[in-house]
Amino acid sequence: MLKQLEGSHAVAEAVALCRPEVICAYPISPQTHIVEHCGELVREGKMGNCEYMNVESEFAALSACIGSSACGARTYTATASQGLLFMAEAVYNASGLGLPIVMTVANRAIGAPINIWNDHTDSMAMRDAGWLQLFAETNQEALDLHIQAFRIAEQMSQPVMVCMDGFILTHAYERVSMPTQEQVDQFLPPYTPQQVLDPANPYSIGAMVGPEAFTEVRYLAHEKQLQALDVIPGIAAEFKAIFGRDSGGLIREYETEGADTIVVTLGSVAGTVKDTVDEMRADGKKIGVVTVGSFRPFPSAALREAVKHANEVVVLEKSFAIGFGGVVANNIMMSLQGTGIHVHTVVAGLGGRPITMPSLHRLFDTALKGELEDMHFLNLQWDIVNAELQRQREQIASGPTAESILRNIQTDTARGTPTPAAE
Amino acid sequence: MTLPTTAPFAITVDVGTSLDNHTGTWRTERPVYLDRLPPCNNACPAGENIQAWLALAEEGNYEAAWQEIMVNNPLPGIMGRACYHPCEDACNRKDIDSAVSIHAVERFLDDESRKQGWLPRVPSDLSGKKILVVGSGPSGLSAAYHLRRLGHAVTIYEAGPVAGGMMRFGIPAYRLPRDVVEENIKRIADMGVEIVLNRKVEDIAAEKAEGGFDAVFLAIGAHLANRAYIPSADAGRILDAVGVLHDMETEESKPMLGRRVVVYGGGNTAVDVARTAKRMGAQEAIIVYRRTRDQMPAHDFEMDEAIEEGVIVNWLTTIKEVGDGGKVMVERMELDADGKPQPTGEMDELEADTVVMALGQNVDTSFVEKLDGVEIKDKTIQVDTQFMTGHPGVFAGGDMVPSERTVTVAVGHGKHAARAIHAWLQSETYQRAEKHEIADFEKLNPWYYANAPETVQEQLDIARRQATFGEVLGGLDETNALYEARRCLSCGNCFECDNCYGVCPDNAVIKLGPGNRFKFDYDFCKGCGICAAECPCGAIEMVPEEI
Amino acid sequence: MTKELTAEQKVKFYQKGTFTVGNRLVDADNRSVQASMERSNAITSGHRACQGCGEALGARYALDTAMRVTGGQMIAANATGCLEVFTTPYPETSWQMPWLHSLFGNAPAVASGMQAAMKAKGKKTRIVAQGGDGGTVDIGFGCLSGMFERNDDVLYICYDNEAYMNTGVQRSGATPGGARTATTMPVGEAYPGNVFGTGKNLPRIAMAHNIPYVATASVAYLQDLEAKVEKAMSLEGARYIHVYVPCPLGWGCASNATINLARLVVETGFFPLFEAEHGKVTATRPIRQRVPIEEYLKPQRRFAHLFKTDAGAEAIRKLQAMCDHNIAEYDLLREGEETLA
Repeated sequence: MLKQLEGSHAVAEAVALCRPEVICAYPISPQTHIVEHCGELVREGKMGNCEYMNVESEFAALSACIGSSACGARTYTATASQGLLFMAEAVYNASGLGLPIVMTVANRAIGAPINIWNDHTDSMAMRDAGWLQLFAETNQEALDLHIQAFRIAEQMSQPVMVCMDGFILTHAYERVSMPTQEQVDQFLPPYTPQQVLDPANPYSIGAMVGPEAFTEVRYLAHEKQLQALDVIPGIAAEFKAIFGRDSGGLIREYETEGADTIVVTLGSVAGTVKDTVDEMRADGKKIGVVTVGSFRPFPSAALREAVKHANEVVVLEKSFAIGFGGVVANNIMMSLQGTGIHVHTVVAGLGGRPITMPSLHRLFDTALKGELEDMHFLNLQWDIVNAELQRQREQIASGPTAESILRNIQTDTARGTPTPAAE
Repeated sequence: MTLPTTAPFAITVDVGTSLDNHTGTWRTERPVYLDRLPPCNNACPAGENIQAWLALAEEGNYEAAWQEIMVNNPLPGIMGRACYHPCEDACNRKDIDSAVSIHAVERFLDDESRKQGWLPRVPSDLSGKKILVVGSGPSGLSAAYHLRRLGHAVTIYEAGPVAGGMMRFGIPAYRLPRDVVEENIKRIADMGVEIVLNRKVEDIAAEKAEGGFDAVFLAIGAHLANRAYIPSADAGRILDAVGVLHDMETEESKPMLGRRVVVYGGGNTAVDVARTAKRMGAQEAIIVYRRTRDQMPAHDFEMDEAIEEGVIVNWLTTIKEVGDGGKVMVERMELDADGKPQPTGEMDELEADTVVMALGQNVDTSFVEKLDGVEIKDKTIQVDTQFMTGHPGVFAGGDMVPSERTVTVAVGHGKHAARAIHAWLQSETYQRAEKHEIADFEKLNPWYYANAPETVQEQLDIARRQATFGEVLGGLDETNALYEARRCLSCGNCFECDNCYGVCPDNAVIKLGPGNRFKFDYDFCKGCGICAAECPCGAIEMVPEEI
Repeated sequence: MTKELTAEQKVKFYQKGTFTVGNRLVDADNRSVQASMERSNAITSGHRACQGCGEALGARYALDTAMRVTGGQMIAANATGCLEVFTTPYPETSWQMPWLHSLFGNAPAVASGMQAAMKAKGKKTRIVAQGGDGGTVDIGFGCLSGMFERNDDVLYICYDNEAYMNTGVQRSGATPGGARTATTMPVGEAYPGNVFGTGKNLPRIAMAHNIPYVATASVAYLQDLEAKVEKAMSLEGARYIHVYVPCPLGWGCASNATINLARLVVETGFFPLFEAEHGKVTATRPIRQRVPIEEYLKPQRRFAHLFKTDAGAEAIRKLQAMCDHNIAEYDLLREGEETLA
């Protein structure tokens, strides 16, 4: 059924169709609308016996999920940004214990400076926590990925993080196709836990493991993620068979045929990139796109295959490893080791800065001309940076850089300088 | 290593698998269960296993409790009344509140036994040996009883017209009702012990040969009163305590003591006579004693009862002279630096219809003197560790031999002599079981015992008991006998309180079920010692491990 | 089995061993769980707790009782700490019931999730959460408060040994003033051990949440402890029991002193035993044999320095004043019949 829905509500309704048994809610922008709507659906009796828990922190939210999941209940929660970091200890714990929790991360920047807008720093901070991380490009895909996530999680006995861009997707009203309960029931069987706390068959979960087995435990977790590289496409295929559309999977290729330059990206920006590529292809430029759907496990082989005929890869990512470079790019470079394909890192859209088609045109053209530097910050305002660096060189006294910059921007704005990123 | 089939490796572990980890290797000390000797048992001259029968009584199993007493003591009715209960003086419970009233429970059990007609166990097969017991006092009866239980044929020759000895002639009826004495004796006679009355033995060797006895046990007691020289103008007024108490038992010749009676002495017999005098109608019964109350050999409780009944005691006085018309001159004494009484020269005068000397008794050794090898020293018959005199086959016990002269000691002599005779008949030597370490108060953890004051036995009201020979102390009924039995701390012996089983942090105590106590699981015991520290009764000891 | 406070019955007989674990003169039904040959031994042998561990004991006491009350229909969540470490070193576990360890600070929240799962599934399985004092009064405090505030159907049991023992005896919010820990070493007159702060009385804080049941207990008072667990398990909603569990290693006392110290702390008045329902104290246990605080302090090396300096003497006075305050506050010296529990 087609519906015009806010992304958050679409996700909440999809989650409801998955018949979760426990939902833990703690508010943080921009995921609040998801848990709010879940609560509404529970109270309206649209989620059966589902227990909806308002907890006192994200740490408690995921901890409660750990408890309920270990008791064999299909469990869901959502968070973002600082909240994901506040629950970080439990994030690692949930995967270490092998609990198939599904959690939405409405991607948002991490402070300080505090910033509520979208980038991928939060999810990327948890990339090594053992969760599967699926990134949604559209609200439709976000909706679909939640349904798939429960299947994958329960089949793998591993938690899955569905990452969707905060505000850009969560707060966008789009037309989505909402599956029927019958379809979802057909796709997603009731949860049969691989381990469950049950007085009839008791065991201890969460033993202390020392050097004698810890590496093996870690390797087995890795192995499980490698297995997921087969499971994820399989489930996407099953999904298509029932729901009639492509959603999920490891990667998606767009106009890669004959492309010399391939842009690799993830999340909602892929839409803007594709539109830009469409225009450039119309101009005869040999450029294509690969969208990473599963960041964990990282689909190295699929990616290598997709870009093998290209000369260079431009990684466009909303995350940044301070002091080093691109987070996603780093994973791609590792995957393309030995292929000779040149990889450029483009950091863009941090803290919600818009990534516009004109910027992308300029960026890709530079790349096609072979003039793109290895590490590029899209739309970085060098005048501000240089002014601050100058100030720092002149004033020995340290101070909060952000406030200093903001002071400069405000001064510039007062003088009539255009706001950053405005084109 | 156990791997759950589906659950994650190492994270999920099958229950109870720590049983593979034997923590017993950590131990430097191991707990060991032991049985220590309870102080009551240790103190009992009759060798009763008091704790054992209290435990049975506590469970309400009164017949078993009584039978347990009868293993060591054939006269519980008498013991429960006339014994000065050294067991209670030794009882650890006195350090918590007050001693368990052991004698009262014993008395209750005997009352029950007579009410219910319980009988002691007697073997049906006879050994073919015959033993002569001379004297039917407590040691003679005890020896006869135990010998009979050991399968021998026993005959008692009693010089007097009734059996019982000092139980009858030494202890007043208000402390020991005569029906109790008679029923306790009858029970022994009913076991097949022949008691021949009015049969005075003059020649032991001849009697032994004539009756075909294999052994003889002498137990004639000490009936000769000690005399002190006191100038007296009126010797007719002076009586001895043994004689007075003896005559009380013979209806025809009850002693005429008069309205004012002076008793000289400080022992239990002195008190008995003074209290008897009150009951005989004396308005004044005065005990003259040359020392202080602290030094008095009579038992405190008896003294208390006597004073309650109106007996007067002149402490630190001696009788100097008994003059005409019953004027008794007494001299005041004072204690010197060593605590010994010294005359002061100050005199007082008392009026007395009768003066009773209660200065102790001696053994009539004349009939033994003829027997070869028997040694007499300090007016008592000497015996070896087997209670045998210097004459083979002739044994002796009770007041005749050097010892404390109490009913209970006599009963103990009877028991041990019987066992020694039994061994001697088989050319063996009787070995007493080795005593375990005593469970003194320091070995206990008294926290676990709730406070519970001793049940006070009902006492006859004062007015009534001054005038009659009715029993002064009332007995316990079942409720308070049970209560009293439950006050026992079970010193030194596991009573299955489950403390060790409960307090072990390592579940290393295995409960074997009711009556079977516990055992340690040394595979897991880490040797922390909590079980020993928290054992209420001191039945666990920590022993160093050999490392 | 839902007996009403059976162990609370009055002493009818002053039988020997009234306060022992097994009292064979009361009805079989009224005997302690620990006396039973059928007790579940929720923690079995082979665990790696130190010799004389009070926590191992307290946990078995509490969980065996809860197991009996629930007929084994029960799951436990465990905070990180000694109890977790010594019971579940891979490949062994000492637990004989479904048990989960997640993190140090989240046991109450994990338990909340468990009870939510049981509600969703319509199961009667009950949830118990447990942790040490660090996991409870410090790092897990937020989650605990949240669990209380929601009145989730969880019994939370804190085993309080008054410091972070698992990490090597560092101060916690439950460490008493004057105590030596690895982070509150006494130095001369200036620093006589731990500071006397304003205190963090978690049972009282729990009561401030108006939850259905709060109780304090000590491993030296088994029947009392069992009665409280039983009572707690007969109720629904958030419940809290704070159990005092001596730590021979951390306190510097003999391994056989565990029960005795757990007794002295109560008999001094330092750790009052009480029950509260919906924020109001409903029962307290009177002191049987009052002792001064020194008797409790002396067997413990963590307080040895208090007997050497003037500042230490002042600390002892303060500790005694705390006892006196508790005695007055909870009327601990009142005359009354002795009860088993």
